[in-house]
Amino acid sequence: MDMRITRVRLISQIFFIGLALFFAFITQFSYLKGYPVSLFLEVDPLVAIASSITTHTLYRSLIWSLVILIPTLVLGRFFCNWICPYGTLHQFVGWLFSNRGPRGVKERLESNRYRKWFALKYYILIGMLVAAAFGSLQIGLLDPICLFFRSLTISVLPAVDMASGWIYVQPFVYQFAWVVGPILIFFVAMNLVIPRFFCRVLCPLGALLGLLSRVSLWRIERDEQRCDNCKLCLQRCQGASDPHTALRKSECLVCFNCLDDCPHGALGFSMLPSSPHHEVAVPDLSRRRVIFAGLTGLLFFSFSRASGEITKNFKKEVMRPPGSTAEPEFLERCAKCGQCMRVCPTNVLQPAMLEAGVEGIWTPVMNMKMGYCELNCTLCGQVCPTGAIQKISIAQKLGVGEFTDLGPVKTGTAFFDQGRCLPWAMDTPCVVCQEVCPISPKAIFSREVEIVNRWGKKITLTRPFVDPTLCNGCGICEHECPVKDYRAIRVTAVGETRSRDRSLLLK
Amino acid sequence: MDRREFLKRAAGAGLAIAGSALGAAWLYDPRGGAEYFRSEENKKTASLKSYRVDRGKGAVEMTVVRGKDPEKMMRAGIQAMGGIGSFVQKGDVVLIKPNVAFDRAPALGATTSPDVLKAVALLCKKAGARKIIVADNPINQPEGCFFKSGIQQAAADVGAEVMLPKPGAFSLVKIGGEILKTWSMFHRPLEHATKVIGVAPCKDHNLCSASMTMKNWYGLLGGRRNQFHQQIHTVIADFAQMIRPTLVVLDATRVLMQNGPTGGRLSDVQEADTLVIGTDMVAVDAFGYTLLGRDPEKLEYIHKAEARGLGSTKWKEQNWREVLAG
Repeated sequence: MDMRITRVRLISQIFFIGLALFFAFITQFSYLKGYPVSLFLEVDPLVAIASSITTHTLYRSLIWSLVILIPTLVLGRFFCNWICPYGTLHQFVGWLFSNRGPRGVKERLESNRYRKWFALKYYILIGMLVAAAFGSLQIGLLDPICLFFRSLTISVLPAVDMASGWIYVQPFVYQFAWVVGPILIFFVAMNLVIPRFFCRVLCPLGALLGLLSRVSLWRIERDEQRCDNCKLCLQRCQGASDPHTALRKSECLVCFNCLDDCPHGALGFSMLPSSPHHEVAVPDLSRRRVIFAGLTGLLFFSFSRASGEITKNFKKEVMRPPGSTAEPEFLERCAKCGQCMRVCPTNVLQPAMLEAGVEGIWTPVMNMKMGYCELNCTLCGQVCPTGAIQKISIAQKLGVGEFTDLGPVKTGTAFFDQGRCLPWAMDTPCVVCQEVCPISPKAIFSREVEIVNRWGKKITLTRPFVDPTLCNGCGICEHECPVKDYRAIRVTAVGETRSRDRSLLLK
Repeated sequence: MDRREFLKRAAGAGLAIAGSALGAAWLYDPRGGAEYFRSEENKKTASLKSYRVDRGKGAVEMTVVRGKDPEKMMRAGIQAMGGIGSFVQKGDVVLIKPNVAFDRAPALGATTSPDVLKAVALLCKKAGARKIIVADNPINQPEGCFFKSGIQQAAADVGAEVMLPKPGAFSLVKIGGEILKTWSMFHRPLEHATKVIGVAPCKDHNLCSASMTMKNWYGLLGGRRNQFHQQIHTVIADFAQMIRPTLVVLDATRVLMQNGPTGGRLSDVQEADTLVIGTDMVAVDAFGYTLLGRDPEKLEYIHKAEARGLGSTKWKEQNWREVLAG
């Protein structure tokens, strides 16, 4: 078999997208074992760099991003066309819908022409990094790895399960799956208009790698003696990087298709340009636009903080997973990748839309209608790549052993709605909440009262109460409450241990 | 238009008209589709057969086994009742129903002990059971419950199949109780089974005072079962009407004395080194209640069941044995 480099590349792409899908599938209680299921996020240099900008530290496994970053400095944006599973998805769809026949040559050349507005991704990156400098990590909105895993978790896997029943024992659903899914469809469908639209126009990780590849030593080199300007090298050019003239290094995805497609053998991959005008080393950015993009990032930060969602106007629904950092640091760290929502065994973790403010879009919040926080479980913190949810142990979560002094990690506090609770409002026995409370002694206690009901009959009722010193806000009481639509016991964020400002009791 | 073309179109139109008429007739539903508005009798329901074994008059109905080794205890207890062969025959498919309701370690006493489950399964295997199914519909998330309770491992150790409560495994079942007429049930394991053995831990319960072998069947139900609490004693008595198991085993190797049914601390648990094996779950629970240090006269649901002729709370008057083993 003819083992061209493009074939090696294809094998690499299939391997990595397969690995990514495998990781996404096994990110659940029964299969997790010790697999590094967040590996793709941990090697993502944009997650590493942007979260280093927000927190001034490099969290744990993010050091692995050097595995991508260093070769990029030598070889260029190889990540985009050799590893990135989202890029592979777009390349596949672009290929599927392209006119591959001999009559489509002209159409193919046209579709892979560089367009000035492909520089948009650099401005997006700059805006996001400036917002990061002030403490708002927004790269996850468009980072391809975060997008890929988030789309799988929130929309694709639930849909696959609906058709097959292969994914969950009891079906998981996610709020706003109807938004996350169509965003994926939109980006995929744009390949029909412009191949690799997302990669060329929007991808902030691609933009970062493009900037880094400025110094790379190797790149596509064109032999002007052999080249007859037929432009056939553009036929399958993934990055729209002008290999037929001065190569745009920051756009080149190192796919090597041009090497295959050149009928004259004029293209090669070689070290250092033979002449400086053979390449365009930097993306074509205008200084004013760069400043404008930066200002936009700054204003995004100011305007969203000015709305007060993380200070005075914080929402009772914003209950973060156990082990989460306090809200300002949470927004510095959460990359919106959805790994916590994927691994959560009860489906309680849900992507926020606007309840945590505009900065908190797609960050995890607990929704007790969907699930509850399992007492002996800290899986969300184990898979979190950035430490938004810290890797806490069960002992730490429960506040036992060496953590006795610190007490349990609380995510909120439960409150009874006595107007809706059956024994409180309707002379009807219940206390399911107390039954399922996992704390010992139970955080829900009861008092027996003897009352005369409306028919004059003496009955004994067991009326439940919350002990706020014991309640950890797990929400199983709310989850199991039979008053289904608007529960008679509800957990809100107050009393959460991650923030002193939001505590309830004077200790 | 020539004649040929006219005939073609006329035939096409005729077919389309006939097709729509036939389709409409086929789909025609004079009642309206909503299941909810149908009377109970008109609902499509499955019903459960009795899994009880007739062992003739004078057979031992209950044994109380004391000891440390569940395997030896089960063997000795069943021996005193005539041997496993009188309950399970070659080729039987046995459903063992443990209580795996909560995501808890075995030592916390909130779930059936994996050692007891294993002991029961081994006996069934010895009797020649073709297949052993272990199934429960937990309150906490199912995979976590089966894993952390050790039941999954125990089942794997003896080659039993764990059946998880997937949505497709439920169907509407006729129960015929006082409150539960028909209810959604985790029915798939029961379809396969020819024998059913309930293996329940002995636990304190916040609402109905004790969760034992009768309450254990809660775990085969689906739907809005959090409404049962509104009339819990009547509903538990309905369970005894719903299912006639081959055997029940009350696992009182550990007893959850307080903070039930979830427990949570080792101090909630007391070692009692006892198994109660019986064919009458009302009697077994009446005895079991004494292990919690409480008076069976005051346990409402066993008396409700007794009043309906579903069993007897007077275990002392039955043919029972006490056995020491291991």
